[in-house]
Amino acid sequence: MIDVRALPLEDLLRSRKRLLRELREQTSGGVPVRVAVLGGTTTNEVVDLLELLLVADGFVPSFYQSGYGRFYEDATFHVADVATFEPDLVYLHTHVTNISRFPSPDYDEAELEKRLSEELGRFQRIWQSIHTNVHCQIVQNNFEHPPFPLMGNLDSTAPGGHTRFVYELNRAFARHASAQRHLLIHDIHALAARVGLDRWFDWERWFSYKILTTPEASLALASSLASQVGALRGRARKCLILDLDNTLWGGVIGDDGVERLHIGNETALGEAYTAFQRYCLSLRDRGVLLAVCSKNDEAIARSGLAHPDSVLKAEHFSAFKANWDPKPDNIKQIASELNLGLDSFVFVDDNPAERALVRAQLPMVAVPEVGADVAQFRGAIQAGRYFEMAAVSKEDLGRAAAYQANRKRTAALSQFKEYGDYLDSLQMTGEIGPFRPVYLERIAQLINKTNQFNLTTRRYMLAEIEQIATDPRHITLYGRLVDVFGDNGVISVVIGRLEGQAVRVDLWIMSCRVLKRDMELAMLDALAQAAQAAGALELRGTYIPTSKNAMVADHYRSLGFEPDGSSWRLDLNGYSLRNRHIKVEGQWTEQALSAI
Amino acid sequence: MDRTSVISDLNPIFQDVLDLPDLRLEPGSNAQSVEGWDSLAHVNLVVAIEKHYRIKFALGELQTLKNVGEMADLIKKKLGKQ
Repeated sequence: MIDVRALPLEDLLRSRKRLLRELREQTSGGVPVRVAVLGGTTTNEVVDLLELLLVADGFVPSFYQSGYGRFYEDATFHVADVATFEPDLVYLHTHVTNISRFPSPDYDEAELEKRLSEELGRFQRIWQSIHTNVHCQIVQNNFEHPPFPLMGNLDSTAPGGHTRFVYELNRAFARHASAQRHLLIHDIHALAARVGLDRWFDWERWFSYKILTTPEASLALASSLASQVGALRGRARKCLILDLDNTLWGGVIGDDGVERLHIGNETALGEAYTAFQRYCLSLRDRGVLLAVCSKNDEAIARSGLAHPDSVLKAEHFSAFKANWDPKPDNIKQIASELNLGLDSFVFVDDNPAERALVRAQLPMVAVPEVGADVAQFRGAIQAGRYFEMAAVSKEDLGRAAAYQANRKRTAALSQFKEYGDYLDSLQMTGEIGPFRPVYLERIAQLINKTNQFNLTTRRYMLAEIEQIATDPRHITLYGRLVDVFGDNGVISVVIGRLEGQAVRVDLWIMSCRVLKRDMELAMLDALAQAAQAAGALELRGTYIPTSKNAMVADHYRSLGFEPDGSSWRLDLNGYSLRNRHIKVEGQWTEQALSAI
Repeated sequence: MDRTSVISDLNPIFQDVLDLPDLRLEPGSNAQSVEGWDSLAHVNLVVAIEKHYRIKFALGELQTLKNVGEMADLIKKKLGKQ
């Protein structure tokens, strides 16, 4: 497989068509994603690069592009054309040059306010029109710094300053996006700062072809967008695997001893390792799992984390492999312990030989070229955009704690003779009901990232889910599970569709965190009752095999469905409840059900 | 560097950008005669040529060129000035 991200820009641009052809030959299947790009400049270069990156990431992208500069008209007057394309997301690729009118130098605060709300109104009309007519995710660029701040330093302060105007407008965009789930900001303000404004704008190409950015900037835009699309589709990485010696601390603990390690604020080197540990801990706080993969004796390795200056402690790691086995083997073990695919991992090791080995044997694992200088580790990890987020969800923030609780559950299991006794000891309470607005984000996330316990692997964008949730011809169910060790959050989703006298199950997914807990029985009970309440006589389900969902090949058979051609059916006449171990609350409780 | 050697430099660049491995450029080749050399491909060709020679075409420099031969002459001139 070609690693396009490792290629220099020059090769990417020059050999793009061939690379695209070869990547397509190497990958089969892939997830379709339809992107409508409404631009304020010529968008082809960014779209060409985005296409290449998305194909490399396993997507099958298709694009709609507005005419040059016609983003406003396409989003409003001609929105029907965009809707006909049926995009999964509309990307508004606008720049600072698309601001219709900047304040005049003599403006006061009140005049600035007025101009601001006019300009904001223009974009709100765009978002509203797309939301109403296309019902899909919107990704909107914010604005980079103005290229020519006419007032110099005062430009960022004076009500008539262009820089001040961009700041205010970006702030207003952020407020709107934070309040509307279907609107996501693509932060080109940060992107342009990272590239450097002088290497961002390309005035020769602007005047010649109406391309505003340099090829470097176009690639930065495409990479950033590709990771945002990936995050929207639940493809962000979930776990950072770290080496120990010369990665989390300076020195080799087995040779130097714990007291000689470089960690803590005594030396410049120690301070750099502490800073890197802090960075890892911050990633954990926002939902990225941490794991150790180190060539060491386990007890010695753990003594390093017990060092008083070590910010990271053993309990921060969701998996811990310190032994002398090859690292790819250990990484595979970590993947199975955490129930995550190999494409969920980022591996950081100062040793180039270990990096090369993992890269060669486990190409799905991301291995950033971090080098051997701890001062560069953070930048190298950030540059990979591995942990992009499409929304901040409680599940993300609590993920590391949830995995910790799971380890306790596994320990508890070994104390029981009968599995049912174990399940009862968990004192499980389920909350099952039709989709509720407060859960929609989590539901979208679960739908787009669940690969194993997923009968049909159908993906839905948030906006689509919002629609289905209010459509009377659909039955939607979410399941949330609490037990004695903690709240697992929303971990199962079912979407059914009324089809004559049957309910067709379009989607049935469950998080692997709660496998073998009988949650699928509780969901079936709720589905059966909801279907009967809607007047249906039977349930129909299909299993669509993928490379990852073999786990549910027998799902319908084990639930008592009968084969019916390529699908499965369950007669609802005389349906008896299956769940014995979970106390269910919410709309489809036993009491509510018997009343139907 | 003469015109012919610049054109033989340009040949693989055009082959790559247009994904036409069998393309043979002549001094008289132009956007009409070369398959796929449209305005979008033109932008990509210009970037690839600029990156290859580490030169930058000034605004308007390319507009009056009639064919690959004239483009080669311009590149020759720019390289000579470096």
